[in-house]
Amino acid sequence: MSELDIFKKLEILTDAAKYDVACTSSGVDRPGMEGKLGTAAKAGICHSFAADGRCISLLKVLMSNDCAFDCTYCVNRRSTDCRRASFTPEELCELTMQFYRRNYIEGLFLSSAVVKNPDYTCELMLSAVKMLRDDCGFWGYVHIKAIPGASPRLTEQLGRYADRMSVNIELPSQQSLKLLAPQKSKEKILTPMAQIRDGIAQNSREIVKYKAAPRFVPAGQSTQMIIGASPESDRQILDLTEALYKKYSLKRVFFSAYMPVVSDRALPAIDTPPPLLREHRLYQADWLLRFYGFTAGEILDEEHPDFNPLLDPKCNWAVNHMEHFPVEINTAPYEMLLRVPGIGVKSAMRIRSARRQCRLDFDGLKKLGVVLKRARYFIVCSGKSASPLPTDNPAVIAGAISERGLGQRKVDPPEQLSFFAPVREDGVKCLTGQI
Amino acid sequence: MSDGANIVYRYDGTYQGFLCCVAQCFFDKKLPQGVQLLDEPQGTLFGIKAVDTDERLAARVERSLSVRISPLAQDMVRKGFLCCMEDKELRLIRFILKGYRNGARVTKLSVDPDVHAIDKALLYLKNEAHYHVEFMRFADCGGFLASMITPNNMVLPLVAPHFCERFNTGNLVIFDKTHGMGFVYQSAGRKREFFQADSLDLPEPSEEETHFQELWRLFYDTIAVEGRINPALRRGNMPIRYWQNMTEFQR
Ligand code: SF4
Repeated sequence: MSELDIFKKLEILTDAAKYDVACTSSGVDRPGMEGKLGTAAKAGICHSFAADGRCISLLKVLMSNDCAFDCTYCVNRRSTDCRRASFTPEELCELTMQFYRRNYIEGLFLSSAVVKNPDYTCELMLSAVKMLRDDCGFWGYVHIKAIPGASPRLTEQLGRYADRMSVNIELPSQQSLKLLAPQKSKEKILTPMAQIRDGIAQNSREIVKYKAAPRFVPAGQSTQMIIGASPESDRQILDLTEALYKKYSLKRVFFSAYMPVVSDRALPAIDTPPPLLREHRLYQADWLLRFYGFTAGEILDEEHPDFNPLLDPKCNWAVNHMEHFPVEINTAPYEMLLRVPGIGVKSAMRIRSARRQCRLDFDGLKKLGVVLKRARYFIVCSGKSASPLPTDNPAVIAGAISERGLGQRKVDPPEQLSFFAPVREDGVKCLTGQI
Repeated sequence: MSDGANIVYRYDGTYQGFLCCVAQCFFDKKLPQGVQLLDEPQGTLFGIKAVDTDERLAARVERSLSVRISPLAQDMVRKGFLCCMEDKELRLIRFILKGYRNGARVTKLSVDPDVHAIDKALLYLKNEAHYHVEFMRFADCGGFLASMITPNNMVLPLVAPHFCERFNTGNLVIFDKTHGMGFVYQSAGRKREFFQADSLDLPEPSEEETHFQELWRLFYDTIAVEGRINPALRRGNMPIRYWQNMTEFQR
């Protein structure tokens, strides 16, 4: 392996890391410090956008792809015949520092295949980030992926060097995990997740008492799972997502449409297109959970275990609950405004503050920048409606607000879905926020 | 104050010079037809009045903005001066005079055509500055890091502090080719300085610099997932205007 030059290594270890979707650099503000290189911005900063349109914020690479495990869905599994490479800590530090000072990146996203065993892998990663922080004086963003099955002591030490940590839940159910990732298990994944959660909680108590207490994962923890490699319904995935937010206080749950990279009897055929629409719907629903006060059970239920391909989940909920509409813009509670299709968090806040000054009519709403295209079917202003259609038949409304073209014309989904994944940073400016 | 004195102001293009134009208007009790730069090619039907730049007068006007109008108004004028906006000086002068009459309220008059135009220009400035924080690229020129930019607005004063803080361990040069304006930061003594120049020549990239540029281009090409190529999304997130100065597109 030693004869590989840095170009080959970077290529192999980037290629192996690129399917990971979490690339945000958000969650922590850290001002500059004399003699150290870097700062961190709470909203995160994108530095480029790759040909797939996704944000490049961090140097996202694996420490090594020389894996001892054999997860069926993975390009790096032990049993495939792929090129193997590992960075030395020096190489990784040099790349990070040199890319950072040219303003290519916000920092490092370090993950790794399991080299020999989880503890050995952690030691490798630890030596790299230690060198980066302590010897090179790197003060920018660091996201570290915890290795399931590693000893808690090592996970804890990694957390002292990281801004964010994540443990991939990998697949949406235990059965799938057993089938597709035989060396991983629910316990091995959830143990470090709980440990990081508790570490963050304890750390924030320490900081209250003692401001200079060393920080532990200040930007919080996230996870991701692969969608479409296994048979779970959208509802199962969304329920799991909700539970993860609640039980593990996660900052984000990311979804990654499965891209068939290996053929195996247990997996979708190699020419299966990645389920991008499904991934997109999951991000929309995730947004509803985090910012709109929805519960997973409201978005999908036993009768409707999967997303409607033609309607985003918020519209879908609305047309199935016409008994709540129309809402009176001038008096409806804020929570209800948020449930109106087409009214996002920003618009709802603007309405709330504007209506304290004067009664709002449709003209006033337009001035506030509220887009009425879909909202008009669901609202009234002082009792007046601006709906061009009768609103007593949900099917008519559903037809009027559906995303025509998505399902009917069989267009190429990646082109059509201009805003799939977590496009920009976590902020509300994310396009999917206005649903 | 009446509109339309048959006169055009000419000034040196500096912020101080502009503030003196404001004072001139105030003394004349008349708005000029236009405000131009001293070196503008001749050719106007109106009389020309050259406004001298007097630092003390400028400082008085600057102070009056926050005292007689509001600190927010002062900030809007300062930043407004960095914007690219048609009739920038005239709009700002009218805004200031309205502010003297209406006080702090002027910044909220978003239906007023001048205030509206300034708000819009400021938003453009802010967005463009943010794009620069994201997409600016530096090259190691041996002893200092350098970046060339071509913004429509004068974003340099807005972005420079970000990079001084972030890259405080070394020396920095940023040069705005559009406006012939540069900025230097020296880490020894933390000296910060703006300068004006028509152009700036940088040394040819060293072998080491080329090495890291190539590594970055390799990373950029490798990180995209083939099954999801999406040119429209990329353009939407990263306007093509910025690509010319970005290492990953310079091949
Ligand atoms: S542990 Fe599994 S998912 Fe991770 S690199 Fe190894 S084979 Fe791939």
